[in-house]
Amino acid sequence: MTAQTMPVQPAEDTTPRPLAWHRMAGVTWRQHRFALVGVVTLLGALAVYLWIAGSSLHSAYAAAIACQPASSPACQDAVNNFNDTGVFLSNGVIFQVLPVLIGAFVEAPVLAREMESGTFRYAWTQGFGRWRWALAKLVALGLAVTVATELFSLLLSWYFRPYFAPGNQALGLDQLSPFNTGLFDLREVTFAAWTLAAFSIGALAGMLIRRVVPAIAATLAVYAALAVAVGGFLRGHYLTPLVTANPNPPGNAWVLSQWWTKGAAVLSPDAVRQAFDSAFAVVAPVVTSRSQKLQAYSSTLQYLTRHGYTQWTRYQPASRFWPFEWIEGGWLLALSLLLLAATVWLVRRRAA
Amino acid sequence: MSMNVLEASGLGKRYGGTWALRECTLEIPAGHVAALIGPNGAGKTTLLNLAVGLAAPSAGAVTVLGGCPAGSPAALDGIAFVAQDTPLYKNLSVADMIYVTRQLNRSFDQPYARARLEDLGIPPKRKAGKLSGGQQAQVALTLALARRPRLLVLDEPVAMLDPIARHDFMATVLAAASDDGVSVLLSSHVLTELERVANYLVLLARGQVRLAGEVDDLLATHHHGSLEELALTYLREHPAEVAK
Repeated sequence: MTAQTMPVQPAEDTTPRPLAWHRMAGVTWRQHRFALVGVVTLLGALAVYLWIAGSSLHSAYAAAIACQPASSPACQDAVNNFNDTGVFLSNGVIFQVLPVLIGAFVEAPVLAREMESGTFRYAWTQGFGRWRWALAKLVALGLAVTVATELFSLLLSWYFRPYFAPGNQALGLDQLSPFNTGLFDLREVTFAAWTLAAFSIGALAGMLIRRVVPAIAATLAVYAALAVAVGGFLRGHYLTPLVTANPNPPGNAWVLSQWWTKGAAVLSPDAVRQAFDSAFAVVAPVVTSRSQKLQAYSSTLQYLTRHGYTQWTRYQPASRFWPFEWIEGGWLLALSLLLLAATVWLVRRRAA
Repeated sequence: MSMNVLEASGLGKRYGGTWALRECTLEIPAGHVAALIGPNGAGKTTLLNLAVGLAAPSAGAVTVLGGCPAGSPAALDGIAFVAQDTPLYKNLSVADMIYVTRQLNRSFDQPYARARLEDLGIPPKRKAGKLSGGQQAQVALTLALARRPRLLVLDEPVAMLDPIARHDFMATVLAAASDDGVSVLLSSHVLTELERVANYLVLLARGQVRLAGEVDDLLATHHHGSLEELALTYLREHPAEVAK
C-alpha cells in the first residue's frame, strides 16, 4: 500500500461542546424498551385488578357507613360484607415486592450487562462520553420508573383509603393504623421513593459487581435488609415518640412499647404478670363470656391504677402520618441520589 | 508537517501487583497503518485501552491526535475504537446499532453506513446477536468508520474471523486508510495478516516496547525480508530481554 501523507488535523485548543443530553433519550429507549414495557405492563395489569377490587371495596364501604339504623341485621351484614371484602389485599404483601422487583430485574442488569458482555468498551468510547452516558441513562430510567410507580401508588392510596377513615371502629368496620406495617410504604410518596431506592441499589450493585445474576441477588438482599431495618427499627423514631400514662392511648396510634411502673420503679414482665393475676383474682374471680372477659380486663386495669400502678405507652400519633411520609420519602430520595452519584463516579474512574 | 496520533511517555499500567505495561515511550506519526504486535500478554490491549481512554495510566502520560489527553472529549470525538471480539448490543437490530451510534457521536455518516451494510448483504432488521462473527466484525467496523474518525483503533480485529472474513475486514481498513486518510492503529498476533497492511510497526513484549518504526526502515536496518521474519527473529534473538 502507499503510505498516506495527509496529516491529522491539529486538535483544536477548545474542548468541543458536549453533545446534547436529549440524544440519550432514544438510545436509552431502544436499549431498555423491553424492561420499560415490562414494568408498565405489570403495573398496568395490577392497576386494572386494583381498580376492579377497589370499586367493590369502596361500594361495600359506602353501603356500610350509609346504613341506618346501624344496629339492624341488614347493617351488620353490610359491615361484615366490607370486612370480608379484599382481605387478601389488605396486608399489602403482594405490592411490597414491586419496588425491589423493578430495582433488581430492571436496573441491576443495566450496567452489569454492559460490563459482563464487554459492550462498555463500545459505549464508553463514543463521543458522548462515559460519565454523561451513565448519568443520562440513570436519570432517564430512574425518572421513568419513579413516575410510573408514583402513578400506581396514587391508585394504591385510593384503594386503601376506607381502612383509614376515622370512626370505622365505632361502626365495627376494620380500621388500620396509618402506620400499618405493609401499607405505610405503599401509600402516597413512599412507594415511589422505595422503588427509586431499589433502582439505585441495583445500579450501584451492577457497577460494583459487573455480573448480572450476582448483581440481581445482591440488590434483593440489600433491599430486603434495608426494608426490614426501616420497618422494624428506624421508622418508629423519625420523630420523638409521645409517652402517655393514659391506659387508653388515642385510637389509630402506632404503639411502640408499653411498660408498667409502681411508684418510681419500672416493673419487670414477671412482676406485671403477678400483679395482673392477683388483681384479676380479686375483681373477677369467675369469668365465662367474652363480654365478661372485657369487663374483667378493664376492672383489673382500674384496680391496678387505684393501687399505684401506672401503664405507660410510647406511641406515634396518627396525625404524624404525613410528616412520616415526607421524612421517609425524603431520606430515601437523598440515599438514592447518593447511590446514583456513586455509580456515575465509578463509571467515570473505573479502569477497563 | 507531521502530527503524532499517539504519544506516550513513561507510560505504565499496573493491575494489582503486576505491570501490564511499563516505561512505554512511543510516538506514532499520523497517516500510517500502525501494527502493534507481540505475544499474548505483551500489553497490547493495555496500551490500546490507555490510548482510547478506557483505562487510566498508573504512571506516565498518553496523548492522542496531536496532544489531546486520552479519553478527553476531543479525543473521543476523533477516535473510533473497535474492541476485541467486537462487542455489539446483541438484542439490538443492526439499524438500531446505527441509530445508537449516530446519537452518541457528533458526526456520523449514516448514508455510508447504510450503503456499506447493504453491500455486505447484512439485513438492517437482523439482531446483532444473530449475525455471524464476520458480519458482527463488519458491523462494528462500519459503525466505527461512519463516525469519520481521524484515528481508527482496532484491538485484535481479526483474531476470531475465518480467512475470508479476515481478508474482507482488512480490505475495508486499508481502503479507509488509503482513500480517506484515516490513521489506523491495530493490534494483532496474526503476523501474516499484517504483512500486507502495516507500514509502521510497534513490537511489544512483556509490557515494554522493543522495536518501533517504519516497516521499511526496520526491515532495511535489520536485514529481513518480511515483517513476520523480523518480529520472530527479534523475539528469538533477545530472549533474555524479552523474558525479563
